[in-house]
Amino acid sequence: MPVHFTMPDRLLSMEHINKSFPGVHALDDVTLQASAGHVHALVGENGAGKSTLMKILTGALPKDAGTISLNGREVSIHNPGDALRLGISMIHQELNLIPYLDVGQNMFLGREPTRSPGRIDWATLYERAQAQLKLVGIDVNPRAIVGELSIAQQQMVEIGKALSLQARLIVMDEPTSSLTERETERLFELIRSLKAQGVTVIYISHRLEEIFEIADRVTVLRDGKWVGDYTIDNVTHADLVQKMVGRDIGDMFPRAPSERQNVVLEVKHLFSASFLRDISFQLHRGEVVGLAGLIGSGRTTLARTLFGVEKFEQGEIWIEGQRVTLNSPQAAIRHGIGLVPEDRKTQALFLNMAVADNIAMSAIPKLARASLIDFGRVRAAAQEYVKRLNVRTPSLQQLVRNLSGGNQQKIAIARWLVLNPRILILDEPTRGIDVGAKAEVHALMTQLSRQGMGILMISSELPEILGVADRILVMHEGRMAAEFPRDQATQEVIMLAATGASNGAAASARGQAK
Amino acid sequence: MSLKSVTALRAVALRYGSLFFLMVFWIALGLASPDFFTPANLLTVALQTSVLAIVGLGMTFAMLTAGIDLSVGSMIALTSALAAGLAARAASLPHGAYAGQGLPPVAAIGLALAVGGLLGAVNGILIVRGGMPPFVATLAMLAAARGLTLVYTGGYVIPAVDPVLTFWGAGQVGPLPVPVILMVLLFVVLWFILTQTRFGLHVYAVGGNEETTRLAGVQTRRVVISAYIISGLMAAIGGVILMGRLNSAQPNVAIGFELDAIAAPVIGGTSLFGGVGTLQGTLIGAFIMGTLSNGMNLLGTDPYLQQVIKGLVFMLAVAWDFFSKRK
Repeated sequence: MPVHFTMPDRLLSMEHINKSFPGVHALDDVTLQASAGHVHALVGENGAGKSTLMKILTGALPKDAGTISLNGREVSIHNPGDALRLGISMIHQELNLIPYLDVGQNMFLGREPTRSPGRIDWATLYERAQAQLKLVGIDVNPRAIVGELSIAQQQMVEIGKALSLQARLIVMDEPTSSLTERETERLFELIRSLKAQGVTVIYISHRLEEIFEIADRVTVLRDGKWVGDYTIDNVTHADLVQKMVGRDIGDMFPRAPSERQNVVLEVKHLFSASFLRDISFQLHRGEVVGLAGLIGSGRTTLARTLFGVEKFEQGEIWIEGQRVTLNSPQAAIRHGIGLVPEDRKTQALFLNMAVADNIAMSAIPKLARASLIDFGRVRAAAQEYVKRLNVRTPSLQQLVRNLSGGNQQKIAIARWLVLNPRILILDEPTRGIDVGAKAEVHALMTQLSRQGMGILMISSELPEILGVADRILVMHEGRMAAEFPRDQATQEVIMLAATGASNGAAASARGQAK
Repeated sequence: MSLKSVTALRAVALRYGSLFFLMVFWIALGLASPDFFTPANLLTVALQTSVLAIVGLGMTFAMLTAGIDLSVGSMIALTSALAAGLAARAASLPHGAYAGQGLPPVAAIGLALAVGGLLGAVNGILIVRGGMPPFVATLAMLAAARGLTLVYTGGYVIPAVDPVLTFWGAGQVGPLPVPVILMVLLFVVLWFILTQTRFGLHVYAVGGNEETTRLAGVQTRRVVISAYIISGLMAAIGGVILMGRLNSAQPNVAIGFELDAIAAPVIGGTSLFGGVGTLQGTLIGAFIMGTLSNGMNLLGTDPYLQQVIKGLVFMLAVAWDFFSKRK
């Protein structure tokens, strides 16, 4: 039950907000109320609905139902312009700047000061930009080209831009993800001075310690539902984590432990300029290893590095006792590695091609005779896997576009099975597919590991990780933050390690695991 | 050399590479021919470059929005035919398809320019409202405008004899040919629009990231349409100049001219991906292309081979654009 305050200074009230996407109820009767001059934190796991809720508030997405009120008066927000006019601005996690333009041009794009109609007053523009830069405390020339600044500097420019809009409500989505400690401190000073001026800040962060430092209240979302609204002094870090993950996983994933065999993949001290920091781990034949972590923690980068798509600078990769060079997907495939990527539609499938062609695609050389495709063998292979994986399709000639998400995912997996890999990496294998298909994919992973395959599964769903994996690795900011055997892992300890909350605790857990 | 100085050198090369190339080119020509640096010859080069420069300046606007305008060659033909045809008396026309008194030359030119701007607007509307890729929309216009020219002229050359009509291409003010004066004037006007007005900044912004620009409250569709109107208008001005220089409107004039008009901005540093480029760069690019033609003509290069060489120069410029994008 949402709490209804009767505070006179309540600035924002979002009530009974509903939003569905095909197949997902992203927001289910969600309420968010924030007072003037407060910092209101919004927390939840990946996919809990925080970003969707904020996109509705800032006019980037339409809502299906519910009301938004400012100062007690209902408002309608249909596009970003409406939100800006109402004094709502947002600092996006992914930067919203034009790289070829300079800092001043970016800050005042669309509202340039003019001398005469249409003619920009450049002197005033750069003067104001300079003042904003001084306010956010970075030493950057307002004429510097944005694309040549560091990510942190760009983030501060974005913050300066949002402040220059004179908003009374500012949404900050993971504003510190690329900032140093000092810059973060400067941001917090700014937030405090905004508070003093009566500006409301909605603050989204995975770093719970920040929330305890800066927020007055916190709203927790889980699976698109409102969980609770608390004064920050009345909750602890552990409470929040428990409320964020608090699902009863019950017997959704019954599974006997598998037979762990020899080490099939060993990664030693992998560093990459893109993101990885000293990654080491082992994968055995016959086991499913779950890779947990927040979005952006480097899990997908690790998967793509192992598959030869991304380069690494340092470290070694060994497959069944042999050191290997994985500098291309071809090399990875030759060494028996398969990757089912995160984004099914753009990276894993040929949507406008038939089921049979999709399944056979990687194995065409194997299914050819004298360099000519043997369509009889292609059909036979496709038929075999459609049957084995229980793909529901009217025919082998059906276009993959027309199948459900679950069946599409089975086809993405089947494409690798035709090649019989030693190692299969699955990145978010059950995202966006229905419960039945999910269970089938889980059963398939178990079955494949029994047959001696080593499986590395990336998932943002902790119940899935806990239910399917024999062993769990947790990444945080490009590092392996923790490792847990199945019987010692709980959602809480994984979440603690993933949020970098207590490195000490995570390290001791890793110590126990060894 | 330290990494920093290499980076700095690279920035200088990217910024002034084409200017440097033009200088070297001119010095080489000056050494090869003592007549090259005479005022008369330099004015000839400028005159021969003027149409390309003017059309290239318009093209730069289209390209900065991450678009392209392939229809400029056909627009040149159509507008020069309209200007000559509308001003001509029925009796003087080759096939007498249109009766009546000819319009005053200035009105005929005004109408031709208006048609250029209008067809540019059609290009822009096809792109932003019709959702067509600029390449496709302007390719369609390339065919349609050339077809209209052939329909209007019946395939015949329309003579242009009125001195007011031909003044813009063949006239002189003191020692200066009018097309050169027009080139300088239009450069100044367009430079002002691009660097000093909100519209100019929005042209760069749309080409840099259209969605971000839209979210900043800019009417991005208007910006794109205006860019194509400018491109169409500059092509029309080029058509009127060319008509004056040739003393006639020729239905097959400027076939393949789009290659030169795209090469000039690209050689001058305008990105094929939008958001990056300057008009002074385009002017330099146009002079490189113009000098190249001039030099090859002086050297008596086979005209067929000239096409090959122009193609190669364009290829190199595009390769340079891709190279400089990859950091």
